[in-house]
Amino acid sequence: MFFALQATTEGAHEWSPVLPGLVILLPLLGFVINGALALTHARRSADAVRAGGELDLAAGDRPLTHTLPTWIGPGVIGLAFLITVVNLVGMAGADLHEPIIRTYWTWIVTGSLTVDAAIQLDQLSMVMMLVVTGVGFLIHVFSVGYMKDDPGYPRYFAYLNLFIFFMLVLVMGAGYLLMFVGWEGVGLCSYLLIGYWFSDREKSDAGKKAFIVNRIGDLGFLVAMFFLFTTFQTLDFVEIFSAAPERIPYGHSVATIITLFFLLGAAGKSAQIPLYIWLPDAMAGPTPVSALIHAATMVTAGVYLVARSSVLFALSPIASATVAGIGVITALFAATIALKQYDIKRVLAYSTISQLGYMFLGVGVGAYTAGVFHLMTHAFFKALLFLGAGAVIHSVHHALHHTDKDWDAQDMRNMGGLRKHMPITWATMWIATLAISGIWPFAGFFSKDEIIWAAGAWAGAANAPYPTLYTVYWVLALVTALLTAFYMTRLMVMTFHGANRTGEKEAKHLRETPAVMWVPLAVLAALSVFGGWINVPAAISESFLGGFGFLPMGENFHHWLEPVMAGAHEIQAQHLGEISHQAPLFGGGELVWALASTGLAAIVVLIAARVVGGQKHVPAVDAAEPRGLGRVLYRKYYVDEAYDAVIVRPVHALSRFSWRFVDDVIIDGTVNMAGNLARAFGWVGSLFQTGQINTYAFIFTIGVLVILGWVAF
Amino acid sequence: MTMHLDFSSQGHYLIALLPELVLSVCAMVVLMAGVSKRMRNSPDRVTDLGWLSLLGILVAALANGWLYGVTEVGSSAMVAVDGFRLYANWIFLSAAGMSVLVSIAYVDKQKLQAGEFYGLLLLSTVGMMFMASARDLIVIFLGLEIMSIAVYAMTAMNRRDRKSAEAGLKYFLLGAFSTGFFLYGIALTYGAAGSTNIAAIAVAIGDGSAHTGLLGFGVALLAIGFAFKVSAVPFHMWTPDVYEGAPTPVTAFMSAGVKTAAFVAFLRVFFVAFDGVYAQWWAIIWWLAVLSMVGANLIALVQVSVKRMLAYSGIAHAGYLLLAIVSNNGTATAGLLFYLLVYTFMNIGAFAIVMTVGDQAERNQRIDDYAGLGSRQPMLGVFMTIFLLSLAGFPGTGGFMGKIFLLQGAMDANLVYLSTILVLTTVLSYWYYLRVAWFMWMREAPDADTHVGLAVPVALRLALIVGVAVILYTGIFPGSALELARAAAESLTSGRFLSLSAR
Repeated sequence: MFFALQATTEGAHEWSPVLPGLVILLPLLGFVINGALALTHARRSADAVRAGGELDLAAGDRPLTHTLPTWIGPGVIGLAFLITVVNLVGMAGADLHEPIIRTYWTWIVTGSLTVDAAIQLDQLSMVMMLVVTGVGFLIHVFSVGYMKDDPGYPRYFAYLNLFIFFMLVLVMGAGYLLMFVGWEGVGLCSYLLIGYWFSDREKSDAGKKAFIVNRIGDLGFLVAMFFLFTTFQTLDFVEIFSAAPERIPYGHSVATIITLFFLLGAAGKSAQIPLYIWLPDAMAGPTPVSALIHAATMVTAGVYLVARSSVLFALSPIASATVAGIGVITALFAATIALKQYDIKRVLAYSTISQLGYMFLGVGVGAYTAGVFHLMTHAFFKALLFLGAGAVIHSVHHALHHTDKDWDAQDMRNMGGLRKHMPITWATMWIATLAISGIWPFAGFFSKDEIIWAAGAWAGAANAPYPTLYTVYWVLALVTALLTAFYMTRLMVMTFHGANRTGEKEAKHLRETPAVMWVPLAVLAALSVFGGWINVPAAISESFLGGFGFLPMGENFHHWLEPVMAGAHEIQAQHLGEISHQAPLFGGGELVWALASTGLAAIVVLIAARVVGGQKHVPAVDAAEPRGLGRVLYRKYYVDEAYDAVIVRPVHALSRFSWRFVDDVIIDGTVNMAGNLARAFGWVGSLFQTGQINTYAFIFTIGVLVILGWVAF
Repeated sequence: MTMHLDFSSQGHYLIALLPELVLSVCAMVVLMAGVSKRMRNSPDRVTDLGWLSLLGILVAALANGWLYGVTEVGSSAMVAVDGFRLYANWIFLSAAGMSVLVSIAYVDKQKLQAGEFYGLLLLSTVGMMFMASARDLIVIFLGLEIMSIAVYAMTAMNRRDRKSAEAGLKYFLLGAFSTGFFLYGIALTYGAAGSTNIAAIAVAIGDGSAHTGLLGFGVALLAIGFAFKVSAVPFHMWTPDVYEGAPTPVTAFMSAGVKTAAFVAFLRVFFVAFDGVYAQWWAIIWWLAVLSMVGANLIALVQVSVKRMLAYSGIAHAGYLLLAIVSNNGTATAGLLFYLLVYTFMNIGAFAIVMTVGDQAERNQRIDDYAGLGSRQPMLGVFMTIFLLSLAGFPGTGGFMGKIFLLQGAMDANLVYLSTILVLTTVLSYWYYLRVAWFMWMREAPDADTHVGLAVPVALRLALIVGVAVILYTGIFPGSALELARAAAESLTSGRFLSLSAR
């Protein structure tokens, strides 16, 4: 829609953004109001506890502390979204080539460093704002239904609003320091929300893990800022990116050092190898939080960081190849793990890590637009998948609760056959599944295909720095796409198809979610279908795949982001030359490979549906024996046997190995060791604190002697 | 009207020392009032004496503001009337005022002698102000002793508490020990440079007439004396025990006031007098900074007492602030002043919460004791979280800004390693600060009556609100406080040149 507007308005005209500051301020306002309500509520329940009772929320009318957040929490985000849309229309009409900077006050002036409290409005920040406020709004609405019985309801919305505030600071800040403010802020909110249900020991540990890993990432961000400042004497995006191509020669180590430290930061936030381990554990938080923070927005901050710094990354082919490598390895690795998980949220968590890997691959190979594009479509379908999973868990949880059955409401082995109980959730989640699997014409097809194609195309560029490596990336990305189709189909089949395994009495209580929860699902489903059409590659839009000519929007997203990425594209054009229009292996153009990948993905979906559907699933409690009774049924399919021996078992072995050994032993162990080592040093240090005054005087004297000795010699 | 002070007339000293005089008189009045029969029998004696002290602090603050309109002629005087001193005075007066507000309930509940408590508090503030204004090593020493002796007595003030007495004795003995080194350093410097006047020392070093061998030892011993007062590793050993043992309001007061006083005197002596021998002393301070930052942050990780954790946090902050001394430039000086101002508010604020959670006594100081504070006492939880975030240097708070300014000064001086260590150790410190916040918000209180019915009197509330307001304001709009700090740093630099050209 807005892309069409851009096309009709020829020639630039002056455009002034409408209340951009309000977009940031509204969520903050929401946080303040909801926070105040939360504090009042906390005081009231404390009073109730003291009086020997408990604040009963289920009985009678809900207090104001619970009705107001319902309107204020989603309301402020909705308003922010509307303002963003108004600005989007304005920006599309203005044919903007330079970012618009709004400065509010001078934040820091010291010696050579000046930092303004300023926001930057350009095409990239606009996309991010749309995703954050748009998807954020839908998830807020969903939360109204999902969290309605939670005693900490106002507190929950306060945190959620605060998160959106910091996320907007992150994407709208006009310099690295302001971005860092948002970066730290979203980390804090994530930490708070993972441990939201804090009574649970495991959940609080998960928050801790996220905390430690993110500190490591933040360290990378800080050090990178340090080097940036010493190189450029500023932290402003506009100044750095215009000065960088002249100040830093192509391939110089300065660019490599800065970007590699940024990569460390990005890997921490976006859960990439080796810092991905916190994300699966972060699923301990409420499911809408997983959708918002750990799927759609915060975890994509690392991708945004790389895309925003595209000029710096383009200057360093080594760092770029590292980004892409980490991305593709993470994508493959996480996808293999997802094959074997039974917890529905864990499958989605590993899937998110895998998809983030794709985005890293995209921005790593230099296809910055493709990376951001996948970020956007992924926000749609992954938010949908998480919310859908939330709806399922919600329903199963309530059903189990009715009969006090002590089963895990997140284990897919306890589900099955939910389709007839939750038809809307089923339908919308299938749309998301097809989208993430890369089936034409769903959103994920266009974005994922573009990334995979870009990896191949850059492998064949005229002066490609590492053609073989990029070819390997391309192959791995293709394989991962097929694994994705498999594990997602497995999730759908185990959850919604076949016979129900929740229990006979319980199954009667399985219900479709209320409208406040399924309407957001439906909107996201629509976006998962149509969201990809804004950026149909030229090679496809000119063919029948482009929708028989009814998709007139070839490469619009590219044109939209071009002003932001122009600097990086210029460097690429200068040093890498023309990209290839042939795949690195077997030949064939973009259209051929797009056809092949969607065809293969579709076949995998069908195979997976058959294989998983044909398996005999038992509830988690009965599944202690690996094969159990299912063995006989299992043998009926000769195809399955072959499939099992040739593909499933090796993949399972790999999956188990990655999950159990690499994940649990090596990476967990290293993180724990770092923490324990620091504490051990601290303990040794505190040993000297004997409380004896002569010990203190003795250490004092040693200090004096060392210093005087140093002076004397 | 601009007033000119010419220190050849003794009377002008009375004007130059107006804030100190006001506060000294007030201290005497409070002391006298405290022993009067009517006051002793009054149930509101603590509150009355507290507000009386606060009044004295406010008048002293007015006098301090008035001194901005005064210019001095010549600079060979014993005391300075420059922006540096006046800025430091703002910090001392803030620390004293905050401490008074914070302490009223505690002094009342613990039945401390209110007249003595507030009298000593004001007198030690006078000592701090002398340290900031001194242009002579002897005056610094006098200020140091006025301040220290008052603080020793305040540490041991709770006679019913064994830990308080023990802490007072420890502090006194080790303080006396370090004073010996400090005084010996003054003597050696005098021997080398022929004067105890800071400007004269700078001149003697500048024209090469100072005896370099003696001076080296003098500088080192002075550094040790200051390092003890700012509690830098390895001269920090007293800090955890004394901070933990002293009555909490006293801990709050000295953690901010004593540290600031020691740092501003440290800076003036080393920046102005010993600038010429920078090459000889920077490495000493460099190592003190590294040891303090690394050592204290590591040890703080394993602390179970919040009060003790804050003591190690104070040592770590001494390390951060030592960066400004090593940087030896105007940017860092301004950063130091700015940071000390913010530090005063966040540290006293944090101790005030520790005191409140302990129900105006020395109880509930373990980290586990903070479980459920957020849900039971949400406002206290929010305030403590802000203080902790600021201490950790979280963006949006004054503590973050302060670290940025210190780093900026260090970068201008090309201290890359020190800056990197500051950043690394700051990241480490997040763990122990946020652990407290985590306990407050993420853990349920063990019993129904935990944290219920904590007294938060009006004065304490006022102090907390002021503290949070200052931290957030300086974090979001640091401009005005920094401008003032920069002018203060400038006055020190120009004073340096003025004193050199005066001879």
